Amino acid sequence: MRVWLHRIGTGGLAVALLAFAGLAGAQFKMAYIDPLSGGAASAGVNSQKHVVFFADRINAAGGLNGEKIEILSYDNKVSPQESLIALKKAIDEGARIIVQGNGSSVALAITDAVLKHNERNPGKEVLFFNYAAIDPALTNDKCNFWHFRFDADVDMKMAAFGDAMVNDKSIRKVYLINQDYSFGKAVAAAAHKMLAQKRPDVQIVGEELHPLQKVQDFSPYVAKIKASGADTVITGNWSNDMLLLVKAGKDADLKVKWFTYYGGGLGSVPAIGRDGVGTLKQVTEHHKNVLPTLLPEEEAFHKRYTDKSDELYYWRIRNMFAMLDAAAKKAKSNDPIKLARALEGLQLDTPLGPMQMRADNHQLLQPLFVSTLSDKARFDVEHTGLGFVTDEKIDAAKTALPTTCKMQRPS
Amino acid sequence: MKEIVAFSLLNGAVYGLLLFMLSSGLTLIFSLMGVLNFAHASVFMLGAYFSWQISRWVGFWPALVVAPLLCAMVGAAIERFGLRRVHRQGHVAEILFTFGLAYVIGELVIMAWGRNPIENHVPAVIDFAAFRVFGTSYPFYKVLMMGISVAMFAFLYVAFKRTRLGLIIQAALTHPQMVGALGHDVPRLFVLVFAIGSALAGLAGVIGGFALLTEPNMAANLGPIVFVVVVVGGLGSIPGAFVASMLIGLLQTFAVAIDYSWLDLFRALGWKVAPGSMLREVWSVKLSQAAPILPYVLLVLMLIVRPRGFMGTRET
Amino acid sequence: MRASSRIWLAAAVMLALLPWVPGLQSDSARSLLTQMGIASVFALSYNLLLGQTGLLSFGHALYFGLGGYASIHFLRAINAGLPIPTPFVPLAGAAAGLAFGVVFGALTTRRGGTVFALISLGLGEWVYASTLMLPSFSGGESGITASRTKAPHWLGLDFGSQLQVYYVTAFWLLASAVLLHAFMRTPVGRLANAVRDNAERVEFIGYNPQRVRFIVFSVSAAFAGLAGGLHAINYEIVAAEALSATRSGAVLLMVYIGGVHHFVGAILGAIAITWLQVSLSDYTTAWLLYLGLLFMGIVAFVPGGLAGLAMMHLAALRTHALPAIARSYLVALPFALVASIGAVTLIEIAYRRATQPEAGTLMKLFWIPMDTAKPWPWIGAALLAAAGAFALYRAWPRVASAWAEAGEEMHARA
Repeated sequence: MRVWLHRIGTGGLAVALLAFAGLAGAQFKMAYIDPLSGGAASAGVNSQKHVVFFADRINAAGGLNGEKIEILSYDNKVSPQESLIALKKAIDEGARIIVQGNGSSVALAITDAVLKHNERNPGKEVLFFNYAAIDPALTNDKCNFWHFRFDADVDMKMAAFGDAMVNDKSIRKVYLINQDYSFGKAVAAAAHKMLAQKRPDVQIVGEELHPLQKVQDFSPYVAKIKASGADTVITGNWSNDMLLLVKAGKDADLKVKWFTYYGGGLGSVPAIGRDGVGTLKQVTEHHKNVLPTLLPEEEAFHKRYTDKSDELYYWRIRNMFAMLDAAAKKAKSNDPIKLARALEGLQLDTPLGPMQMRADNHQLLQPLFVSTLSDKARFDVEHTGLGFVTDEKIDAAKTALPTTCKMQRPS
Repeated sequence: MKEIVAFSLLNGAVYGLLLFMLSSGLTLIFSLMGVLNFAHASVFMLGAYFSWQISRWVGFWPALVVAPLLCAMVGAAIERFGLRRVHRQGHVAEILFTFGLAYVIGELVIMAWGRNPIENHVPAVIDFAAFRVFGTSYPFYKVLMMGISVAMFAFLYVAFKRTRLGLIIQAALTHPQMVGALGHDVPRLFVLVFAIGSALAGLAGVIGGFALLTEPNMAANLGPIVFVVVVVGGLGSIPGAFVASMLIGLLQTFAVAIDYSWLDLFRALGWKVAPGSMLREVWSVKLSQAAPILPYVLLVLMLIVRPRGFMGTRET
Repeated sequence: MRASSRIWLAAAVMLALLPWVPGLQSDSARSLLTQMGIASVFALSYNLLLGQTGLLSFGHALYFGLGGYASIHFLRAINAGLPIPTPFVPLAGAAAGLAFGVVFGALTTRRGGTVFALISLGLGEWVYASTLMLPSFSGGESGITASRTKAPHWLGLDFGSQLQVYYVTAFWLLASAVLLHAFMRTPVGRLANAVRDNAERVEFIGYNPQRVRFIVFSVSAAFAGLAGGLHAINYEIVAAEALSATRSGAVLLMVYIGGVHHFVGAILGAIAITWLQVSLSDYTTAWLLYLGLLFMGIVAFVPGGLAGLAMMHLAALRTHALPAIARSYLVALPFALVASIGAVTLIEIAYRRATQPEAGTLMKLFWIPMDTAKPWPWIGAALLAAAGAFALYRAWPRVASAWAEAGEEMHARA
């Protein structure tokens, strides 16, 4: 009798230990590849915090089908070359999802490399979650089954601006200034198209493409904007390029309406200060004053990250992890192909409205907000006393645009 | 049109004077010792960071004085404890030593202040408009930059022409071996010149720090252009460095304002370039897009045509 | 068989067996080996300029990058139907490198020394900035991509796997090393050494130093282009930073740290720096600082580089001073270790505090947990570093005198 008890006890202990080891050992690795040094580091480090934060929330709730998410971070210095080296390392270290966003140039390289890898290594596929690279080509001509985008693309955001501009008769002369690469050119092209469609009376009085992340002093460009007589500037500039541009504008007393993609990004609001009240606009999927109170995620984020510059700016990363979590539950598996299939067409509710992942081109449809900087906002940005206030809300379903994507699906 | 010219002139002059502040020190060091000091722009960066830190602790005006002094000490230390060992190995080794030093200083800055740009705002005490041109106000701190630069030029000019030390340094700029043969303590002279050069770079850093972005990449961004200025202006010549900095500052700033390309010129002359040809892309680059490369074009052309530079007194 | 042929054969065998060594059989290890191979070809081409001819260039990546672009365009043509197998792609890179080397070399090799260094810097920056303005050639910020598998199969291989890419790289590395070594034995190669040592005397004996520099420059550019071609095959993408100043700086570091005076120094340096860049960066964010300090140390104290250090020790093995040297090392090395541990700790905790504040203040260094917010790790590390450095300073004369003994003996024998 005692022997049996002994055996059962040992066996039970062994099983318990094995199960524990299984739980502790199993990790779902995700690779975060973005700039952690150099000119765009402020954006990359900031979004890294978001990724780690939301992954931890899922882990606290039990992980993905029992596996805890582990984030491996790689610095790519916004270079396609470095990103591919990081990609190789990440795949070798077992990452199953690659997360990237800062720089469409990098995203184009990664999506191509992921496609090649998956074709050559069946059974070891990886997915590419793109949270910020919004060159439209990634969900049109260059789309593929493995890439999922969680941010509205250039054309979708420009359409949102169009809705905001349609009735504003004070806009008569527009100046376009953008970074000289695929994304900046896409913004310029989208602006042309949108204005021709929705405001043909508006005149484009100047267009500029400047080198990416290289211009230190934007005052010559600001001088040109002033000389053109423009009352509105449309720009897709991000990170240093955005805040240096508005800084130069403030120095030169430039009085225009700024329609920006990233005007609320780290450092820009402090750089423009009060000059931006009523004039600095952005189009985003979220801002602090979208709802009358702060959302629980925002409160938790601020509790964990207490630096002055820490803001929950990337709501789309929250959406991305929410979709991943839902897909994992739906597929009951963490296999990349099953997750991808579960993501296609997946609909989810959020505090800001419903969102859906398109099955045809893997573009997430989520509510968009056009907002303006104000000194009467309830919640401010980066302790400046200024915050964004909604002008227009566009529902997720209405943000959808036609696509030329024809992707090959695994059988 | 007038506005563009006026602003480009002002901005170009400010940028040119910033380059002069930075390159006057390097001209001294390069001319006297033949050392192509890659770490010079790094000392400029140190000046910006020191000034920000000191401003936070004490205030802006003390920072304006203390930061360049600190940089002078850094420069003296580099020469006395670092470069002195390397002199006997020749110019290549000296260049390489400062090259490695530039990396190291960059990393030390990251170690102390982090990788992100720091909020080096224009101090409130000088943050106001100086005057208005064509309905736009021109900030005072830019006027201050110009003032300090010009004062620096005047000081260097007088110091070299009127003081005994200045005369010795002048002589050493063109005939270093002879000066040593005459019995002057050339190594001590080297340390002194390195210190003065570094102080000038530090002063440039104090002002440049809030005109540009203060971040660890600062040195790498401005470094190559400073070499261009020194080479184009010519060895041994401070006036040459002044002319070259103004030329490059104005050239780059005006170029940004010009949206014409070779293609526009061809069209004006009635020539046609077939669309879709590879070279068409080359011709269609606008001068405003090409502005960042103009200094390097000038450098290469100058070195091929006249390695002595505009006003140089000797070649290397 | 001659001694040199035996060495080449041994090298070939070693290269062939390397990816099968236990521990090096994973894809990432073979990828690292491939990167080291590419860097070695690039470094060998640069050593031809710096070590053999005394030409310090700050823009050598120009030819690497242009060769890379030419190769990737060639590969795209192959993808579109050109019937040439992938392993021949680096030849396109070499041809482009040679062409650009001839064109730019004609302009820039008229003088050596500092003027040459500055022209190379200016030219490198000029072309780098220009490539971004020509998107159809350079792909702008995104670069140009191609596929190395959409090509005619050769010997039954499609060159998709990392192992196959490694063998292609190893083949071209061996070929480049043999060719470059042979080149140094030709009259032009010998003259290059002469120009490095005393250009004026070369004129006196009737040769034109400028012509010699031009020829060596063109050959060096050709091999740099070859390395660019290997790079294009390995990554299937070439972007503007293949010709950036950072890459030019990296190859300079490689060759100098490896040792400019020895042929094998370039390869040693390439291996060391590639490993540092790829692997060390996983352990510490301060790796660039360590690299910079290493470089400065070598420039100031060990101008012969790693190869020079190795040769020195190999020569000392045969002298009677060996026991004295070993004893002095036994005393000095522990102090050096202590000083290094202190310095590294100080650097690591400073970096953690400055660059990764969100990672918290608790970290584990050398298996000791510590809290960077408390003063004791800082003080402890500073003390260790200072004490170790002081002890090393006191122990150094022993090392110096042991080496002086060895030097006398080697001198007397020679």
